[in-house]
Amino acid sequence: MQTVLESLNQALHTALASDERVYVLGEDILDPYGGAFKVTRGLSTAFPDRTMTTPISEAGIFGVATGMALRGLRPVVEIMFGDFITLIADQVINHAAKFRYMYNEQLSVPVVMRVPMGGRRGYGPTHSQTLEKIFLGIPGIRILAPCSLKDPGKLLLHAILHDDDPVLFIENKILYSRPVLSHEEDNDFKITTSDSQNQSDYAPAFHLSIREAPSPSLTIATYGYMVDLCRQAVLQLAYEDEIFIDLVVLTQLSPFNIEPIINSVHRTHHLLVVEEGTCTLGWGAEVLARSVENLGKEIYKAARVASLDVAIPASGPLESAVLPDIDDIIQAAKKMV
Amino acid sequence: MSNNSKSDSDQISKVELADLYRSMLRIRRFEETVLGEFSRGYFFGTTHTYIGQEANAVGVLRNIAPEDIVVSNHRSHGHFLAYGGDMRALFAELMGKSTGVCGGRGGSQHLYWKNFYSNGVLGGTSPIGTGIALAEKFNQRDTVTITFLGDGALGEGVVYESLNMASLWSAPVLFVLENNHIAQTTPAELNLAGSIVNRFNAFGIDSEALDTSDVLVIQSSAVRAISEVRKKSSPQALILNTYRFGPHSKGDDTRQEKEILELRKTRDPISILAERLDPDQINPIEEEVDDEVKQAFQKAESDPIPN
Ligand SMILES: Cc1ncc(C[n+]2csc(CCOP(=O)(O)OP(=O)(O)O)c2C)c(N)n1
Ligand SMILES: [Mg+2]
Repeated sequence: MQTVLESLNQALHTALASDERVYVLGEDILDPYGGAFKVTRGLSTAFPDRTMTTPISEAGIFGVATGMALRGLRPVVEIMFGDFITLIADQVINHAAKFRYMYNEQLSVPVVMRVPMGGRRGYGPTHSQTLEKIFLGIPGIRILAPCSLKDPGKLLLHAILHDDDPVLFIENKILYSRPVLSHEEDNDFKITTSDSQNQSDYAPAFHLSIREAPSPSLTIATYGYMVDLCRQAVLQLAYEDEIFIDLVVLTQLSPFNIEPIINSVHRTHHLLVVEEGTCTLGWGAEVLARSVENLGKEIYKAARVASLDVAIPASGPLESAVLPDIDDIIQAAKKMV
Repeated sequence: MSNNSKSDSDQISKVELADLYRSMLRIRRFEETVLGEFSRGYFFGTTHTYIGQEANAVGVLRNIAPEDIVVSNHRSHGHFLAYGGDMRALFAELMGKSTGVCGGRGGSQHLYWKNFYSNGVLGGTSPIGTGIALAEKFNQRDTVTITFLGDGALGEGVVYESLNMASLWSAPVLFVLENNHIAQTTPAELNLAGSIVNRFNAFGIDSEALDTSDVLVIQSSAVRAISEVRKKSSPQALILNTYRFGPHSKGDDTRQEKEILELRKTRDPISILAERLDPDQINPIEEEVDDEVKQAFQKAESDPIPN
């Protein structure tokens, strides 16, 4: 069985092999090291001319990649830790994201930035965050968040080869070692893919429900590594508490499409949103706001599970207390139905 | 310097001198119109005029190859016109018209046309120019990318990241640093330490510094620098000490009027070149340019707004 890391690594190999316009840039990505998390392993051996190890200049690297994208290449940038996305904010927001629109649709910027995010590894306050919320809702960029379902590498490959706009590809670090679950192999869940109405959206949303279960009374919406935790919570809630859940998983966070969630809550009337980022003014807040705007009184109850609004401590027990876990999801669900 | 340029100008034909004069005058009259009409509400937002610095854009860009690339900054009108950009489209862009360079979406500081890109975030364009140059190199095109920066942009960290990468990866980029000794209202001595030349030299980027408003001198240095970049496929810098005669944007000049009058007397690129022309050459050019600017403005003014 393939891990998420292997899937992403294979996608990078395939991208470089299938299109000469693809370049990969990042800090410490050359073999034998192959990148801080090994996602770029083997690339510099197979494609030495198009795998560039860079100075420790996050804004500069992304700006260079943006320039390359303006002139017909399809660069992929690895940021060592997603926390450092703060250093690139200006290049993303005031440059790459703006060019297509402000230059009146005369050009596009096909650049992908891969950003490892997330905690649970004891790296402490500045190497554990889930910071994509800073960029959510910025027009002109797409934000994708793969999970262990289906094929995260395929999503990355599509972004690199076919998306003509800047993409932030959010990789939760814990996901790297998780096995990729194909729909067919999944013994517990029936998984359906809901494709967006919007033609340009290629990232799927998934609906997961326990096989042969009664109709669900709660929708959980989530993305990234929290999908794995939610699956376990959903199983436990079904077998121990007879609470049945429709789990909605998004892989595109921005531009935001509420449809798959609305479709589910329309039937369950209860919505729990689960994310690893901090709670206040986060992704979950937008999900709830949109759901209420769309469904009004059809929503009986809504709640969020997220990180506490504090920095993420290094010490294991403290970190666990700050980040949302399976038990937090279960407790929140039980309070709702 | 003056001896040198006299002999330069001896070899330059009357037609060429007239061309240079016309190019600079087009920028001057365009900018004067922008400043003059701004208060009458024809334009949106703000503007940064190039009055006093015309010799830089004209001297640097006059001899570039058609496929060469220009990455410009907030003070972009002069660069754009010298690059060959259309005057009516630039007026229209400032007026927010659909015939504008970017259909009115970008405005004064955000222009894209052919191989010309500008953005109004100081320093942020320098890695992009470097990446553009690298892409051209990787694609085996012998294009030169010219990135314009002001002295104030030297306060931005990303500029140094870019110099490092440009040198490290031998990006064929010419950094043109227009040092007008002021950033908005702050004189360079209050925001800039050390030496500008040494900044480039520290990264192994060869540079030449000029202190002149003579377009012929700037032109010959630029031709040399651009051909070096092309030949060696590696970066160079051209530091142009220069003076801004107008306000930073509109009516925000905190300098003494006396100081500006003195600059206009000694460092006006247009009067410096005028001395080399026959007096009877000048009038027809003046009339021609006045007429062009007037017509461009009027046409842009009657152009439609975007829907
Ligand atoms: C990142 C950034 N900070 C501040 C500004 C506002 N601003 C516009 S022009 C300017 C001064 C620029 O000085 P300089 O680089 O010397 O260029 P000049 O205006 O003299 O041509 C400032 C502060 C900006 N556009 N971008
Ligand atoms: Mg300045």
